[in-house]
Formats: sequence, structure tokens, C-alpha cells
Amino acid sequence: MKAENVSKRYLTPVILILLLALLIALPWFTRPYMVVLLKTILMFTILSLSWALFSGTTGYTSLATAAFYGVGLYTAAKLGNVLPVPLMVLCGGLFSFILAAAIGAITLRLKGIYFAIFTLSTVELIKNVMHWYEINVAGVRGHRILHVSDATVFYYLLGITVLLLLVTYLIKRSKYGLALSSIGSCEEAAAHIGVNVITLKVFTFALSSFFVGLAGAIMATSINYIDAYIAFDLNYSFFPTLMAIFGGMGNLFGPVIGAVVFSYLREILITRFPYAYMFIFGLVMVLTILYLPNGLVGLYQTIRLKLKQANNKKEKTLGGKHASTSS
Amino acid sequence: MLMLEVKNLNVFYGNVQVLWDVSLDVKEGEIVVLVGANGAGKTTLLNTITGIIQPASGSVTFLGKDITGLPPNEIVEMGISYLPEGGRLFPDMSIQENLEMGSFLKKSWKVRKERQEKVFTFFPRLQERRKQLAKTLSGGERQMLAMGRCLMSGPKLCFFDELSYGLAPKLVKESFQMLQMLRDNGLTIFLIEQNVNQSLEIADRAYVLENGRIVSHGTSEELKQSDHVRKAYLGI
Repeated sequence: MKAENVSKRYLTPVILILLLALLIALPWFTRPYMVVLLKTILMFTILSLSWALFSGTTGYTSLATAAFYGVGLYTAAKLGNVLPVPLMVLCGGLFSFILAAAIGAITLRLKGIYFAIFTLSTVELIKNVMHWYEINVAGVRGHRILHVSDATVFYYLLGITVLLLLVTYLIKRSKYGLALSSIGSCEEAAAHIGVNVITLKVFTFALSSFFVGLAGAIMATSINYIDAYIAFDLNYSFFPTLMAIFGGMGNLFGPVIGAVVFSYLREILITRFPYAYMFIFGLVMVLTILYLPNGLVGLYQTIRLKLKQANNKKEKTLGGKHASTSS
Repeated sequence: MLMLEVKNLNVFYGNVQVLWDVSLDVKEGEIVVLVGANGAGKTTLLNTITGIIQPASGSVTFLGKDITGLPPNEIVEMGISYLPEGGRLFPDMSIQENLEMGSFLKKSWKVRKERQEKVFTFFPRLQERRKQLAKTLSGGERQMLAMGRCLMSGPKLCFFDELSYGLAPKLVKESFQMLQMLRDNGLTIFLIEQNVNQSLEIADRAYVLENGRIVSHGTSEELKQSDHVRKAYLGI
């Protein structure tokens, strides 16, 4: 029994390390397309994990992910030729952090749908201001970006993903994570107990945006050209949200699973049904919200519970028979 | 020994005066109840004592220290804990997490394990259901959890706002019994209630608040005999 517990405890970390090793080795022996696909998957994994880090725990639905992703892209466009790549990526994260802290300080007093709407319009605002600035002040529209090889981008994204997973895991286990979920559960009571609600929300919002900015800055090097409309694309707000919900937020790996399945699905749909793909996508989403409110992770938990109950029942009826025959 | 002393408190909401010259005191180890109808100013008085509302004049003294005007978190840290109306639990968190949140402030966080053990000796049922989500608890268990969370900040004096709020008569009785048990374990309790009949049963002393003024006070026995209380609150 004890040995079984121990082996169970080490199972997840061992699987994770093996998976990581496999991913690290992958660019050496796969087709280049595989690396490109994995890049997209990792990018969406980072976006939906960081979305879940803030919105999943506190219950404040943010649709500003595209704004922070765009800040990352623009950082790369402006600083890509000046700074070395690692520094440029870090700057992307920092600028997103600062922007998110400013937006959070203004808007995190808003509740529920108002916060969601405000964050959504933030993306539009930044996009249009940027567009206006390029046309009227700078006189140049769009930027070319320094190219970095697919494998390098892949390793950067992998590193960011691992870091983000680690940070999320540590937060979930800590007093800080407890306070975050208390905000999601009953904000008023949290304030009563002495949690500094506003500071905590603003900091977590900024922290989650930091990772989005990192991902944006490194992904920019795979795109040759960006302008405001490409950088601040609202899909980067909607997809991570949908992926996190699709995967389920009750578990650390829910958003990861959601992002992996969803981005793969997106890739297939785009190539097979280029015209109907948004429609099919929407359909899958509606079905998920209707029938899988807790996502794939929730589905797995329900199935496991049902199996357990069925097993218990079986044992009980077997035990009952046994008792009756012995009497 | 005097635990809490409120002297000549006057409180306004804008231009409207809600509390008029309110004075009361609570001694160590007592259960004191403040009764009054809706809108009498009971919750306002509690909010003033715990620092959420600032009084226009008057003073609040806790264990000989003047605490008038201090912010709520400092008052909590000094040993006053406040259970708001309806308990206000964290429905999506487990019992254990709810309790841990009760000792969120720095000093209490270090000793949360010992405090939790103590809470479990008061309410063994909570220990059995440690991992269960708060929203799956019954009304009585929620009341236990609310009280338990209140104890997790290590208070000397506990305020309970409308303990009987939304509870079935049987549970009201049980909740009051829990209060007595807590008192017997060294806690001083200040209770606000509309359920005059039952709260006078367990309280040592009582104050009656009407339209923002204390109109009478005395031991529970005295108040039960008083014509005014019998007529206005007990319906006899």
C-alpha cells in the first residue's frame, strides 16, 4: 500500500520530465512542420495558462490577452534590431507587466461583465491608437521583424511554458494562492479577513500578462511583418479563454490540455476546411459550454467517479451474495 | 475586568444621526447581547466598534487601550473578531481552506495548525469533513464553520451579528449552545440579535437599542421581567 502511494506520488513528475526530455529532443529528428505546429501549440498553452492563472482563480474574466500579446509583438518589432534576443523577450514581458498593472489599477474595481467588457475594449483602443499613430505621426505602417530560427523560438517557448507551469504550481500551493481563490469565492469575506484584495488582483493580473508578453515577443520573430491589426487581433483574447474553459480550470493541467487539443484541432480545421473552420470551431465551443461546463478535466473526473461508484456497487452486491450463501 | 468599553458614541451617516450617546461595556468571560428591531442601529454600532465606520464623537476602549479610529485590520490583530450576518463563507473552498483563511493575518498564520486543532476539538464534525467544499455543508455545519473561522484569528472578544439569521428554530437553539460552549472555553462574546427570547436565555447581560439609543439594560433576568421588553419584544 505504502509503496503504491510513493510510486503514485512520483508518477506525475516522472512523466513530466520524460515529456520535457522528449520535447527538447524533438527538433533534432522531426520534420520542420512538426516544430512549427508545436510552436503554435506552446504559444496557446502559455496564453491559456496565464489566462487561467488570473481569471480562472479570481473569477474576473479578462479579454485583454490580445493587448498584452500585441505589446510583446510590438516590443520585438521596435527593439528586435537593437537588443539581443533574450533581453528583447524580457522587455516584452516587462512592458506587458507594466501595462497590465496600469489597466488593472484602473479597472479591477469593476465587477463581472463590466470588467470583461472593459478589457475587451482595451484591446480595440490600443489597436486603433497604434494604427492612428502609425498613419498620422510616424508615417509608416507596419514593421518588419528580425527572423529567428524555428527551433530557437521553440526552445524559448518551451522554457516560458515550464517557468509558467512552475509559477502557477507554486502559487496554487501557497497562502497567496489561497487568498486568490478566496477572492473568487467571496470577495467581501476575503476583504473582511484582512486580504488586501485590490493589490492582490492587480499584481496577479500583471504577473499573468508578463508571460503573455514574453510569448508575444518571441513569437514575433516568426512573423515577418506586423501592423496594429495583426498584432492586436482579438482572437488572441478569445482563443486562450476558450481553450482554458475547454480544458477545464479545476486542475493545473486543464488549460494545457485544452490548448493542446484545441490548437491541434484548429490546425486541422484550417487546412481541411479553410472556409468553414470558424463555424465548426464555434459549434465545438457551444457544445463544450452546454455539456462540459468543467471542461475535459471535469469530464475525466466525472467518468472516474462513475467508474468508482460502479465498482463499489459491484463489490457490495458480490459481498451481499457471499453473506447470503454462507448463512 | 473590562474587556470593551464604549462611551458616549455618536455616529452619523451624512447629516442623519444614527447612534445617540451610546454607552455600554462588556466584561471578560461574559455573553452580552444587544437586542433591537430592524433599523435600530445594531450593525452600525458593530461597524463603528470594529473600525469600519468612524464615530463623530465618543470613544471605544478595548482592554484598556483606546481603539477609536483604528483601521479594521489592526483591530482584528488586537483580538477582536467579527462574524458578519449570514456567516459569509467561501463556498467554493474546502472547510480546511476556509479555516486557514481565518488566520490570514501574519501573526495568526504561523500558529494556524494549533488553532485548527483547537477548532476541531470544539467542532469534531468539521474535522470529519475537512476536505469537503463549504457549499455542500448543511445550515448547522455552516454555522460551525463560520464560528470556527472566526476563532482562527485567535480572538479574545467575538462579535456575532445576527447569529440566528436564516436558520431553522432548532439550529438557532444549537447555535446558541455553541456560543455557550465557546464562552466556557474562555471567549468573551458580544451578540447582536433580533431573536430576543432565545438570546436572553443564554446571555448574562443585555442592552436594548431603539432608534439609535440604549433604552434599557441589565441582567437577562431583569430584562425578562421588565414591562417594556415583555411588551415590545417578547409579546407577552
